[in-house]
Amino acid sequence: MTGLLRHRTYLPARELRRAYDVVIVGGGVNGLSLAYHLAAEHGIRDVAVLERAYIGSGGSGRNTQVLRANYNTPETVPLYAASLARYRGLSQELGFNVQFSTEGELDLCHTEDSLQVEREKSALNRALGVQTDILGPDEILEVCPLVDLSGGGELPVIGASYHPPGSFARHDAVVWGFAQAAARRGVDIHQGVVVTGVQVDDHTCVGVETSAGPVSAGHVVSAVAGWSTQLAAMAGVRLPIVTHLLQAFVTEPYRPVLRGLVSSMDLTIYVSQTTRGELLAGAEIVPYSTFSTRSTFEFLSEAARRSILILPFMAEARAMRQWGGSCDMTPDSSPILGPTPVDAFSVMAGMGTWGFKGAPIFGATMADSIATGRVPDLIAPFALSRFREDRMVPDAASAGTH
Amino acid sequence: MALKVPCPNCGWRPSTEFAWGGELRAIDAPDAESDFARVFLPANVAGPQEERWFHLLGCRRWLTMTRDTTTNELG
Ligand SMILES: Cc1cc2nc3c(=O)[nH]c(=O)nc-3n(C[C@H](O)[C@H](O)[C@H](O)COP(=O)(O)OP(=O)(O)OC[C@H]3O[C@@H](n4cnc5c(N)ncnc54)[C@H](O)[C@@H]3O)c2cc1C
Ligand SMILES: [Zn+2]
Repeated sequence: MTGLLRHRTYLPARELRRAYDVVIVGGGVNGLSLAYHLAAEHGIRDVAVLERAYIGSGGSGRNTQVLRANYNTPETVPLYAASLARYRGLSQELGFNVQFSTEGELDLCHTEDSLQVEREKSALNRALGVQTDILGPDEILEVCPLVDLSGGGELPVIGASYHPPGSFARHDAVVWGFAQAAARRGVDIHQGVVVTGVQVDDHTCVGVETSAGPVSAGHVVSAVAGWSTQLAAMAGVRLPIVTHLLQAFVTEPYRPVLRGLVSSMDLTIYVSQTTRGELLAGAEIVPYSTFSTRSTFEFLSEAARRSILILPFMAEARAMRQWGGSCDMTPDSSPILGPTPVDAFSVMAGMGTWGFKGAPIFGATMADSIATGRVPDLIAPFALSRFREDRMVPDAASAGTH
Repeated sequence: MALKVPCPNCGWRPSTEFAWGGELRAIDAPDAESDFARVFLPANVAGPQEERWFHLLGCRRWLTMTRDTTTNELG
């Protein structure tokens, strides 16, 4: 098995051909997962991934690496549970160490309202075979003795939900793991190629225009996250998506102090410690839409303040770096996976704040759907048509931050 | 830096005093299709966008202004 320690992690240089069976736009974790699954599970190897900058330059190299299945709807829980199951074996499957580790997720509640949401979530999760327990204050300290149950004297913690399967994986390792495993099977990954148009002939997509010339395709898939509305518009497809900024910061590295993820549902803050020792914190999206990925000072000061309220030792830590990335938010906070009104043009969009944990199952099910022409049951509820049919999958309560 | 919003009543104020109301969406036609598009299909423009802001912690009025969504420059 290899991994990021190898000094030369590279992709084979290949010439951009004029035609492919499948063209995937966007070299993030989702486009690359789809490419890998098309080749590995369906033998569809005549595939190109077109990435305008470098692979992982979007949300895939900027996220906070949280993997979990404790969502709030009967449709999303099985989807993310299936993705987490795939993550468990991913290093072996790809032959690339993605640094997967299961450390648990503790979600603190400071109000009866949020604890009630967690109780309902726990009941739903258990009914679907996913472990999410409700903890009282003493049990919280058993899981994480560093939590300040007084909430900085401002917001006492009254309970929590605890999700033992909560895990992490190294984001750029997942990107490179999928990319190398796909390339080994013959997939062409082209960095620095911008898709500037989508060719549609009589309601059927036939290819794309790119900065390196036209490329025809039997099927085109948009996997461009924050730029999904722009890419889909090139095919004449409108999507229910607004692009927002999500941010994170890390402190200087410290020796291991914190295991797993600690979050506050009421404060919308979450903190973990990376394998490099940095304390990593994130919060909610910036309320106004934006395509700028510049991080803000309000975020840093607000996220620092909130993290100190639940984990007082954070006051001693020194912030080192902050950044942001684009999130394609949907009205129901659930992804959009599958066909569009234009034949042979599919989307992996609405990746919002959940697209990293979903990538293995999103790629696998979308590959099934393209190879067989049938949408798998697991992603059928996430069709673009749900908005017209009034069958949304409302998950805002669990999908707001990470 | 804090994004500052130029309120015609209160001057330049930090965006944290405001609630963002989303892009301005015209009522094209009084039918179900245009209602659906207005609610569910935003343009999500990357560039200058006409949008609504509510000055919650100020004059409490709805304002319409133009912001470049690639730079966040307002006014
Ligand atoms: C701060 C932050 C924290 C997050 N935390 C989590 C988390 O803990 N857990 C989780 O599950 N998710 C999290 N997310 C969300 C997650 O990162 C994204 O949903 C996910 O990475 C999306 O992956 P993607 O492959 O769909 O898109 P991206 O990784 O964004 O890739 C899209 C690619 O498309 C390319 N592109 C765009 N337009 C074109 C074009 N015209 N032509 C060619 N290429 C183009 C871009 O350059 C980009 O590389 C977080 C996001 C952020 C920003
Ligand atoms: Zn005002």
